[in-house]
Order: sequence, then structure tokens, then C-alpha cells
Amino acid sequence: MPKVSMTVNGKAVSGEVEGRTLLVEFLRESLRLTGTHVGCDTSQCGACVVHVNGESVKSCTTFAAACEGAEVTTIEGMANADGSLGTIQQAFQDNHGLQCGFCTPGMVMSAADLLKQNPDPSEAEIREWLEGNLCRCTGYHNIVRSIKAAAAANA
Amino acid sequence: MPKDTGIGAAVPRTEDRRFTTGKGRYTDDFTVVGLHHAVFVRSPHAHARVTGIDKSAAEAAPGVVAVYDGKQLVGDGVGNLICGWAVSSKDGTPMKMGAWSALATDTVRYVGDAVAVVIAETKAQARDAAEMVEVEYEELPVVVDATDALKPGAPQIHPEAEGNLIYDWEIGDAAATDGAIANAAKVVEIELVNNRLAPNAMEPRAAMAVYDAGTDHLTLHTTSQNPHVARLVLSAFYQIAPEHKLRVIAPDVGGGFGSKIYIYPEEIVCLWAARKAGVPVKWTADRTEAFITDAHGRDHVSKAQLAFDSNNRITGLKVNTVANLGAYMSLFSSCVPTYLYATLLSGQYVIPNIYCDVKAVYTNTVPVDAYRGAGRPEACYLIERLMEKAAKELGVDPGELRRQNFITQFPYQTPVIMTYDIGDFSQTLDAARAAADVAGFAQRKAASEAKGRKRGLGYSCYIEACGIAPSAAVGSLGAGVGLWESAEVRVNPVGSIEVLTGSHSHGQGHETTFAQVVSDRFDLPMDNIKIVHGDTDSVQFGMGTYGSRSGAVGMSAIVKALDKVEAKVKKIAAHVLEASEADIVIEGGAVKVQGTDKQMAWHEVGLAAYTAHNLPEGMEPGLKEGAFYDPTNFTFPAGCYICEVEVDPDTGVVTVENFTAADDFGQVINPLIVEGQVHGGIAQGIGQAMLEHAVYDESGQPLSGSYMDYTMPRADDLPSFKVSTHETFCPGNPLGIKGCGEAGAIGSPPALVNAVLDALSGMGVKHLDMPLTPRRVWEAINAAN
Repeated sequence: MPKVSMTVNGKAVSGEVEGRTLLVEFLRESLRLTGTHVGCDTSQCGACVVHVNGESVKSCTTFAAACEGAEVTTIEGMANADGSLGTIQQAFQDNHGLQCGFCTPGMVMSAADLLKQNPDPSEAEIREWLEGNLCRCTGYHNIVRSIKAAAAANA
Repeated sequence: MPKDTGIGAAVPRTEDRRFTTGKGRYTDDFTVVGLHHAVFVRSPHAHARVTGIDKSAAEAAPGVVAVYDGKQLVGDGVGNLICGWAVSSKDGTPMKMGAWSALATDTVRYVGDAVAVVIAETKAQARDAAEMVEVEYEELPVVVDATDALKPGAPQIHPEAEGNLIYDWEIGDAAATDGAIANAAKVVEIELVNNRLAPNAMEPRAAMAVYDAGTDHLTLHTTSQNPHVARLVLSAFYQIAPEHKLRVIAPDVGGGFGSKIYIYPEEIVCLWAARKAGVPVKWTADRTEAFITDAHGRDHVSKAQLAFDSNNRITGLKVNTVANLGAYMSLFSSCVPTYLYATLLSGQYVIPNIYCDVKAVYTNTVPVDAYRGAGRPEACYLIERLMEKAAKELGVDPGELRRQNFITQFPYQTPVIMTYDIGDFSQTLDAARAAADVAGFAQRKAASEAKGRKRGLGYSCYIEACGIAPSAAVGSLGAGVGLWESAEVRVNPVGSIEVLTGSHSHGQGHETTFAQVVSDRFDLPMDNIKIVHGDTDSVQFGMGTYGSRSGAVGMSAIVKALDKVEAKVKKIAAHVLEASEADIVIEGGAVKVQGTDKQMAWHEVGLAAYTAHNLPEGMEPGLKEGAFYDPTNFTFPAGCYICEVEVDPDTGVVTVENFTAADDFGQVINPLIVEGQVHGGIAQGIGQAMLEHAVYDESGQPLSGSYMDYTMPRADDLPSFKVSTHETFCPGNPLGIKGCGEAGAIGSPPALVNAVLDALSGMGVKHLDMPLTPRRVWEAINAAN
């Protein structure tokens, strides 16, 4: 099997993968980074969103082999160096932006990319950006609030 | 009391740390050495005889350790799946339950019915080999619509249920209701569909079964809302293993909404296969599998008549409902369109005469069972559509027509079993009207008209029944289980507290709210308190979480256990401090003699209980108390929802402009969490009303089997919501809680549909069925013109 090497959350990692191995499978099964979730099979739900070279991507539709040499960040890499919650994570907790928690890693990763591109998004811009992330628990109300709060905390 | 973490405080959730950092542990996150993977071979036909299975190619495929079929499963004595609530027809005959084997033996009855399972070293190998299993089918005629299934000559699905009729049940007084309708000044009639939904918890179902041959013991990690019930049913009915040799763990669970109450074929097969093949087995559904195997919700067709006297007072309600239960009777399917539905048909209103007839029917579709609200959304939708239609036909304000008919005296005995204990329906109506700025609606409507849009406003005054329910009462109605809850409160020698609960959290935030109740009682920091749940080895027994029962029933059990702990703490402190028990108070982390400076630190009492050097004579050492709480009645959350929509008459696109909820949930423990429950419920209700529909074609093929064709509510489909709570405390439980988990999904669909009908009333549109997709709305507008 071919070998793939990449940097995940700042650490150099490598492993053997099949050609068909998805990035999410490599993260979850080979690296045991189980914070990245799989909620669908059509690239719709966004529970699997990670950052590859600084951009949010759906790791369920990315081949692991295609990430050779890439810088990957997962939800496990989003806390501060001292272990405290990052700004977006903290905003999700403070604003009850999660319930069952299954979509949360994807939401946080997606929100981080949004705020990088648009540091002060409107409610409509947040809602439009989240089109690729499904949540069944919160009705999105508090997710939108959390992202607004994170933007305010960054300002 | 510690205001920042006690009852009523908006405490951010303690569980969020693990969920926001990727440290949650869901079933698929677990692994063991030597883990193998299961993939199911499923029927592509909605109804067929299985005439042969050739497993040889799959068995020879790389990594495959076993391929099993239904004959092997039945041969090993694994029992059929059962429905646990016995409902009888009006003629007294028991419901007609067809046999359901976890792997089909000779007949498949819906697309997705499992016929075999492949166990292999990797999931990819199992998937590859599953495609090599050759199943020969002889196709049979198919019926997917419940009304069609009742017609003479319809395909017969189970030999046990002639004409596909499971039961023909009734409630209420038919003659009196017919009399009320005959003598009415006005009768409002409606015929409506409550659309079939797929629950879609974001975490797909999963199961990991491990067999320890050394101890003859099985362990199951599974996505369950009620692990103890799962263990009981797996043990008592499916003969998987006796309860003491089966441990069921429901770790972090990513949403349930009812769909994870039931014990499905996959869990049974994984447990059986793990022992038979001698390897640990894990199965995780993909989303498509979820659409064709998770129990669906709703799927009713109803006709109803609502009678009024000349003063616009309701005199009677008659309802006929046909309920589609799918291809097999799921665990609680029978009670949903009966005791959880027709018993709520009185709504918030004085209705002297009610009669309802319900026919439950087999079809070649995935089984239907409880989904967020379960029966109550169907009741609420029916009565609230009727009330709005009545207001239009009578030419009166829909809010005032409701108010005129509100129940105002409590307790109130409805003609359909329920005794409402308390409520204030005018209060929530007024609060919702004020928050929704109903007074300013005309102006907003004019502004919409000016830009070529139609604007409408719709009400829904819902009531529901939660905290199900006194065990003796549900037993008399056919329930196979009691519906109490258990709790155990352990004070450790260092004073920290562990609460073991039979409730299960899969998003509800029990680790926070339950700890708040303890923090409030003993004035201790949240960090000293741990909530333990979801493991049959830790918690003795529990009935789990569904029907918005964890507050009203689960927390009541905790309160009962806390009462016992408090009593013992006071006895110990009184003894050690040489004071009267009546003078002992617990506050500020200490146990004090009131009016003196004598006190013990909280942990000193714990230590005293465990060292047992100086306890009152005859007292047992230790500080641990358990309780079982059996509810005294259902609880009755109620409220008023107002939806305001704009409709583009050229395209049929509906936009939700405002959604306002005023709810009475009784005592609120954590407003942050309660509001979150309402938001999520409303989103699911709006999803049902506007977007979601699980559709089968005539041959029984599911047409909505992925997120490409089943429309889930997305962030840009929804507005932010205006929610508020207005309490009347439930007199039936110690905290005065009613329950908040399902209200949003129950109350919101009629508000939205009523709003769209209001918007289109000037265009001649009189009726719409959910979901109000642009196409349906556009077609209705064009048909009316």
C-alpha cells in the first residue's frame, strides 16, 4: 500500500493507505483522531470538516493520498496551547451552540474558516456560509449567536 | 442557594468541553483489538419472497470470517422483534403483530430489510463481500400507502394481519359526538395528511459487540436512548444473553429524537455474530442506511369534523385517522397513533364530546415509530388546523376564537382519558401576541403587498403530554413496561457527589441540569458533582430518555434520593454537633446548627459517614441513597406559537419572517438549555411543515434516501426565533417541571401552515398539505386561480 505523510495539528504523521482511503478514515482510524465525524455519505452534512492548508474541506470526500505533504488541522488542534478553549470553542459553550455535539467539530472548523475570510459576518452571511453544515439539535439559532460572539471576541 | 449554578441559572454546559474539543466518545469512536466489521446485505425489493441465498463467493473473499443468514439466526434461537405496547381493536381483539426476524428468512417486506450479514477484517472488505452475496428474490405485489393497503385486494403483507389491518381502535363517545355534530350551528371539516419524516439524528446508528468467551459475557456499545431497556429486551425477548451476562453501554450519543429508543435488527445481529464468529463486531450505518432502516415518524391521513354552537363554542370533535406503521411493528409503534395521539385531541379547549377512530396499517415501507413528539404533533396539527379554519369560516379572530374556548378551570378532565393538572393558556397567547407584534401585522402585510409578496400570520396553541407516566396507568392501557425512573446519589468520603441516573443524555445536557439540582440542594460547586448515565454496569436500572421525561421523571427520582441523603446528613451532623436535627441547615458548603457557630464542613459529614467512628446509634455507615420515582400523572406543557411568513406568489417560495414561541414548561432548571430545546424543536417542526418528506414510489422504492433528496432544514432556511417561558408549576412532581424537549416540534407545524394559508387566503387557496414546498404552494395558487 502507498505511504502518505502529512502534518496534522502541527505533528508530522505518516501511514499506509489504500488508494480509496478517505482523509476522514485516515484521521479517525489510523491516527485515532475521532473528533472528526461522518454524518452522511453525500458530502452534505459537514460533520467531517477539517482544514487542509488553511482552507475548510470535507474530509469525507478528500482522499488521504491527495493530502501528501499537506498541513491538516482538525478539531483536536483548535484549543489554545495551554489547553483552554479557543475563541470559537468558548463561544459555542457560552452561547449553548451545541447539544448532542456530533456536528460541533465541523461547525467549529467551518466557522473558523468563515471568520478568517470575513471577520465580522452578518447573521445572513453566517447562515449562508453554514449551508454545508447540518445540525439537527439547535435549529442553528445558537450556532449563529456563537459565531457572532466569536467574531466580537476577536475584534 | 448558589445563584450562579442553582435551579433557574443559565449555566453553560459542563459537557461542552469535550464536545468542542473533539473529545466526545460516540459509539463509532470505540475500538478493540481484533475488531471486525459487519455490513448488511439488504433487500432491494419492497416485497419479495427469498428463494435462495448463495454465500460462497462472499465467504471466499479476502478478510471475510463469516456470512450469516436468517435461517442460521432463527436456528440459533434468536427471537423475533416485538412491539411492547398491546393495543386492542374496538371489538376487543388483540393487535395483529406479524413476525419480524432480525434477518429475513423467507420474505422481505421493505427496501432495506436485512437478509444476511458479512463479517470481515475491514469495513471495505465487508462491503466488497456483501456485494458478492447472491440473493434470489421472487417479487411480490407492493403497497406503500396506508389507505391503499386497506382496500380489498391489496397485497397481503403479513399472514397474521388480514387486509393489512393491525388494529381498528377507538376512543370517546361516538353517539354523543355524532349528536353534537347533528345539532351544531356550524361544522368545520378538514381532511389532511401528516407527512412521513425521517428522524435524522446527525450521528448514524452504530453497534459494537464484544464477546468474552472466558466469562461468557457480552458487551454492547450502542447508540441508544435507553440502554437498560435495550438490555432487557435483548435478553428477555431476543434470547441474546441473560441480563447479568450482557452489558449495554450507550456512550455519547449524537441525537436521538426517538429513533434510538428502539432495539433494531443490527444490534441483535452484531451481538449474535460476535459470539458465533468469535470476533468483536462493529457496524456503523451510513446515511443512506439510516434513511432505509431508522424508524420513520408520522404518516397519518385524517378526516375530522369540529362542531360549534351559535356562540362559537365547540361542542364536538370527530376524527378518523389511518396510520401507516410500515412493514413491521416497531417497539412502541402501536401506542403512537392511539394513546399518544387521540388522548390529546382536546387541545387547549373545552370540547364536551370527542370521538376518534384509528386504523393502524401495514405497508411495504420502513417501520414507523415515535419521532420527536410522537402522536402529539399529529393531534396538535389536526386541532390547530381546524381552529384556524373555523376562525376563517366563522369570520372571527383566530386568537380570540381560541381564547373563547380555552380550558380555564383545573384540574380538567377531557373526554379522552387525560386530566390536565394546570395551565394558563391565555397567558401564553397574550405573551406570544405581544412578542410577535400582532398589532403591527397589518402594516407589515401592506409593505409585503407593495413589493408583490403575500404575508400571513398563523397561530398554534398546543398542549402535549410529557413525563409518561404512572406505571399502573400505562400498564392498564397496554404498556409492557413501567415508566418510572431511578436514581442513586453517592456522597463520597471526600464530599464529592456522584449521581447515577437511568435517564440518558444524547444532547439534552443532563450532566449540567441534573448537577444544578444537586448544587442547589447542597450549595456545592458544580465541579464537585458528576452525573453518571448510559451504562448498565454503573446504573442499576432506568427507563431512559424519550417523551420529554428526563426532567419530570428522571430529576424527580434524583430529588427523592437527595431527600434521603439530606435526612441522613442532618442526622449525622446533629449527632456529631450535639444539636437537634430540626436545627441543622446546609449552606455555603457547610452543615450548620442554625443560630450558632457550630458547623461541619460538607466533606467532614461525608468522612464521618464512612469512618463510622461516631454515628448515631443503629445508623448504617456510608452515605448513598437510591430512589425510584413513579409519576403521579402526565405533565402538560402548553403554549402559543405564532409564525409570520412571506410568500412569493410567482414562485411559491415561502420565507419564515418571524417565529415566536411562548411556552409554559413549569419550573425551568436551566433557561439556556430550555431555550435550546425549543429552538431545535421549532426547526424540526418547520422542517416538517416546509421541507421534509420521506417519499416512496409505487414500487416501494424510497425516493428520499440521502441528503441530496431529503430536505433537511439548513441555517439559511430558518430565522432566529423569539422564545420565552411563562410558568405554571406542575403540581404532580417535586420540582414542578413539565418537560420541554418536544414542544417545539409539536407546536410549530400548524403555525407555519396556518400562516401560509392566511397569506394565500385572498388568492382562493383553502387547503395545503405539508411539506409546503415551492412546487406545492405554486400549484395550489395556480389551481385556485
